[in-house]
Amino acid sequence: MANIISDETIEYVGILAKLELSAEEKEAAKSDMGRMLDYIDKLNELDTSGVEPMSHVFPVHNVFREDVVTNGDDRENMLANAPEERDGQYQVPKTVE
Amino acid sequence: MDILKCTAVELGRKIKDKELTAVEATQAVLDRIDSVENTVHAYVTVDREGALKKAAEIQKKIDDGELTGPLAGVPVAIKDNMCTEGMLTTCSSKILYNFVPTFTAEAVKNLEAAGAVIIGKTNMDEFAMGSTTETSAYGVTRNPWNPEHVPGGSSGGSCAAVAAGECFYALGSDTGGSIRQPSSFCGVTGIKPTYGTVSRYGLIAYGSSLDQIGPVAKDVTDCATILEIIASHDLKDSTSVERETNFTDALVDDVKGMRIGIPRDYLGEGLDPEVKEAILAAAKVLEAKGAVVEEFDLSLVEYAIPAYYVIASAEASSNLSRFDGVKYGYRSEEYEGLHNMYKKSRSEGFGPEVKRRIMLGSFVLSSGYYDAYYLKALRTKALIKKAFDDAFAKYDVILGPASPYTAPKLGESLSDPIQMYLGDIYTISVNLAGLPGMTVPCGMDSKGLPIGLQLIGDCFKENNIIRAGYAFEQSREMMMPDMKGVE
Repeated sequence: MANIISDETIEYVGILAKLELSAEEKEAAKSDMGRMLDYIDKLNELDTSGVEPMSHVFPVHNVFREDVVTNGDDRENMLANAPEERDGQYQVPKTVE
Repeated sequence: MDILKCTAVELGRKIKDKELTAVEATQAVLDRIDSVENTVHAYVTVDREGALKKAAEIQKKIDDGELTGPLAGVPVAIKDNMCTEGMLTTCSSKILYNFVPTFTAEAVKNLEAAGAVIIGKTNMDEFAMGSTTETSAYGVTRNPWNPEHVPGGSSGGSCAAVAAGECFYALGSDTGGSIRQPSSFCGVTGIKPTYGTVSRYGLIAYGSSLDQIGPVAKDVTDCATILEIIASHDLKDSTSVERETNFTDALVDDVKGMRIGIPRDYLGEGLDPEVKEAILAAAKVLEAKGAVVEEFDLSLVEYAIPAYYVIASAEASSNLSRFDGVKYGYRSEEYEGLHNMYKKSRSEGFGPEVKRRIMLGSFVLSSGYYDAYYLKALRTKALIKKAFDDAFAKYDVILGPASPYTAPKLGESLSDPIQMYLGDIYTISVNLAGLPGMTVPCGMDSKGLPIGLQLIGDCFKENNIIRAGYAFEQSREMMMPDMKGVE
């Protein structure tokens, strides 16, 4: 395996991904990601110099509309699936002491 | 005649001609579900009462002349990644185990307006990440042709439900082949439309630049009819496009002079000889009908899969950040503080394949790697699009297999992810280039499993592949599994 994923990298990616992996999952993730990156490195065979990155296949850019309100108060619907709610708002653990 | 053998359009006509009612058709499907669902497990949710009630309402509107469309009263199944108001929508993930949307996906709304009766929600790979429907948190779906085998994925439930007669047609979604590959494995017909043709509003996003909703049904006529109904320009999806949607006009048995190219790159190493034989025989059928068929070099085929996994994982890592235990879905029982709640909810709620892709996506987007991986993949995508542009300067349709092999056995695919990803080699570049692609059944292998022919068109040229598929289809009998020993 050409790409060796360190413990630090997996730790860092776990922070970015907001995932908490068990020791076993971490080992698996290190090897999985290393193998995937080895495979993805195949792209380096291609000369892409001067090629613009293509994010959209059609020449569609920002789609604008008039700045008018089209939706109404949808609070009840938005809260319908909340794991916890209070006083018409999402409830989360205390974040500020 | 067994009504379950009818296509969706045939059934719609029978309902219109008062040969039977929408309620009878719905009941027939529910009875079928009772007898085969224990084995097939195509559905995550079956809404018996809701479907029968809806069928009665729709029948009244048909009787009153309010609903006159070709699919009025016809029962449909919806992949469980499309939001349906009041009906559980899980994405086959634990993290959405209790999610009952308060709105309906635009494509499903279009079907409802046309008088569809929604039977329920079909099983899939978790968040559409997989090729076998084995990564579902709610159990595997089995292939109706042989329950020892997978139905393919990720729209495995939709394709199995159509093949098993548990609905008359279904909606699937296709990010890297998720309609075309399971259609091939289950012996049904499916279309992945040009990107932007069907609104993604209410489709739970995986790889937003690649995802498209499309029809799964028994034949090309059904698929063209369904696509005509679900396609719409929707302001709620900024990537939705305004375009011609006269797909049923292409249902003509005439391919005289049509230029069909078969990429040599699609016939090489790794392709099962029986699949190759069936694909080339299908090409001969079209040639005999007057099409001009030749082989050519498409190039870059082997770069599509690595580029796809970078782009799709990157988009997935961003799209799936919304599942954090705050607004909907699963929240961990025990946690300390907000960040720990996010982490625990996500870690307990997502399955291994989803975590694998979120991790990879987070990595390729992280500073220091963004240029080397993400931008490199987007540059590769541009080259792949160019290769297709060059091909479509010469050909109206590109013809090849949908998958290198027929349905593998259950339990054989997940142990080696890269090997599984390689199975998407013929479908994935179509998503990268935004093209329409269709699978049409074209034979059986010696194990009795279906083989699918893939037809690829240029952007917005669905009608070329529909015409080719329709012409080919006239040469063969419809295939349905007998399911002996299952009922």
